[in-house]
Amino acid sequence: MTAYDKVCAARAKGRPTGVKYIEEIFTDFIEFHGDRRFSDDAAVVGGIARLNGESVTVIALEKGATTKDKIARNFGSANPEGYRKALRLMKQAEKFHRPVICFVDTSGAFPGIGAEERGQASAIAENIMEMMTLKTPIISVFIGEGGSGGALALAVADEVWMLENSIYSVISPEGCASILWKDAKKVKEASESLKLTAEDLKELGVIERIISEEEGFDAVFAEVKSLLTETLDKEKSMDAEELTAKRYERFRAF
Amino acid sequence: MIPKGLFRQPKNELEKSGLGGEEFVEITQTCPKCGFETPMSDLRNQNEVCKCGYHFRMNARQRIALVTDEGSFRELFTEEMSKDVIGFPNYEEKLKQAKLKSGEDEAVICGCAKIGGVECALFVMEPNFMIGSMGTVVGEKITRVFEYATEKSLPVVGYTVSGGARMQEGIMSLMQMAKTSGAVKRHSDAGNLYVVVLTDPTTGGVSASFAMEGDIILSEPGALIGFAGPRVIEQTIRKKLPEGFQRAEFLLEHGFIDAIAPRNEQRELLSKILSIHEKPHCEEDNHDCL
Repeated sequence: MTAYDKVCAARAKGRPTGVKYIEEIFTDFIEFHGDRRFSDDAAVVGGIARLNGESVTVIALEKGATTKDKIARNFGSANPEGYRKALRLMKQAEKFHRPVICFVDTSGAFPGIGAEERGQASAIAENIMEMMTLKTPIISVFIGEGGSGGALALAVADEVWMLENSIYSVISPEGCASILWKDAKKVKEASESLKLTAEDLKELGVIERIISEEEGFDAVFAEVKSLLTETLDKEKSMDAEELTAKRYERFRAF
Repeated sequence: MIPKGLFRQPKNELEKSGLGGEEFVEITQTCPKCGFETPMSDLRNQNEVCKCGYHFRMNARQRIALVTDEGSFRELFTEEMSKDVIGFPNYEEKLKQAKLKSGEDEAVICGCAKIGGVECALFVMEPNFMIGSMGTVVGEKITRVFEYATEKSLPVVGYTVSGGARMQEGIMSLMQMAKTSGAVKRHSDAGNLYVVVLTDPTTGGVSASFAMEGDIILSEPGALIGFAGPRVIEQTIRKKLPEGFQRAEFLLEHGFIDAIAPRNEQRELLSKILSIHEKPHCEEDNHDCL
């Protein structure tokens, strides 16, 4: 598969989205709404659940499944209130000593008038800064698209994993092609140059794991579940200081 | 102010007339706001501000001279040099051109200085180096400024100008948002002050990280500040954006910056802010900076 094939696969219709992962991997999920400041952003789904009996906080960027659902969720492009809801739930997780698990699938933070009026840059910056010292384990799993700052705002984590056919990039290949080469048709070349596949990113040390999709998505859900259980078990033994120091070093190395 | 035809022989009688030294070609800069043409030399003396108040972009060295106490600036971390981290087409050539154009090695200049007699760590981004785009070296230098300031309990003063993350460094430039933010957080958690001045333009990955993480966020008048660029927003919503959208005044109105600071008042304003935050015990601590 070329890099551009992966871009297409990551965006493919019918690919499971965030809520499906929550459904398949966790039990007792209760969704919590709102950022307590402005509104509730349906592009971000979050709440509490159990993972093999252990309490966790789960947050997903959700693109939506049906057309109606997609529109309601703004195709997974969050507004500032979505990021602020995510941060609120992370702070809650910190207070009650629950690990945070994020599922990332977004073409990017929404570029709209309202988003700018309500401080999209400020919301993303705050998430990134606060996640850096959040005193509870964070694991982020990229399940489809990982578009720039809007993805990073849920991925300042102790470990970042990517599905085999997910992507993670500083800019969309279309955006890159049109800005750099003034030619949106050079999207294949841009996909290659940006090094946005899971394999490239593992090599660059940006992610810890690649989850294979070879045996279908039921196998993916089972694999993610068992890896989350195993990893969180290890991180549980670390005290908060050790954990945040390690997280700082993880990103300091780039 | 070069006399016409100074470097070549006149080709005919008419051209000779320019050699008398009476006629000068004055290079001017036209203000996009009021249309007034200011001679470049005057504009420099006016700190690149038009008589109508329009702020032209200003290079980093000029800014440092403008806001820091004379002779107090000492540059740090100059050894960091950009390289082609992901093998991106034509990036090395682009870097070479940016160096030539700006006369700088990278899009940020860091160091320590005094402002109104108060010592601080400083970073100033450079608009002529790929419009201040953030790659690994920009991220590293800014991270080091905050780590240095944390170690020495110094306030940080920063000037941002950036089109965002440097796409030629791919995901590595995105990671700089997390790296710098981590350093800002540690500096902040240790009780230190960070004042940031946003200048035109501050967008993308820089606005969504250290530019918006200041204890005090100031901006130059009219600066474009936002996450998404106006063109991207217009393409997404298929509408023309309203006048003044994403300008400093718009951000002030919406509560995202503390104050607008005209360039000629910045030195005094920063001095006051730093002096109000001065720690009583810091005199002995940090003298080794200068």
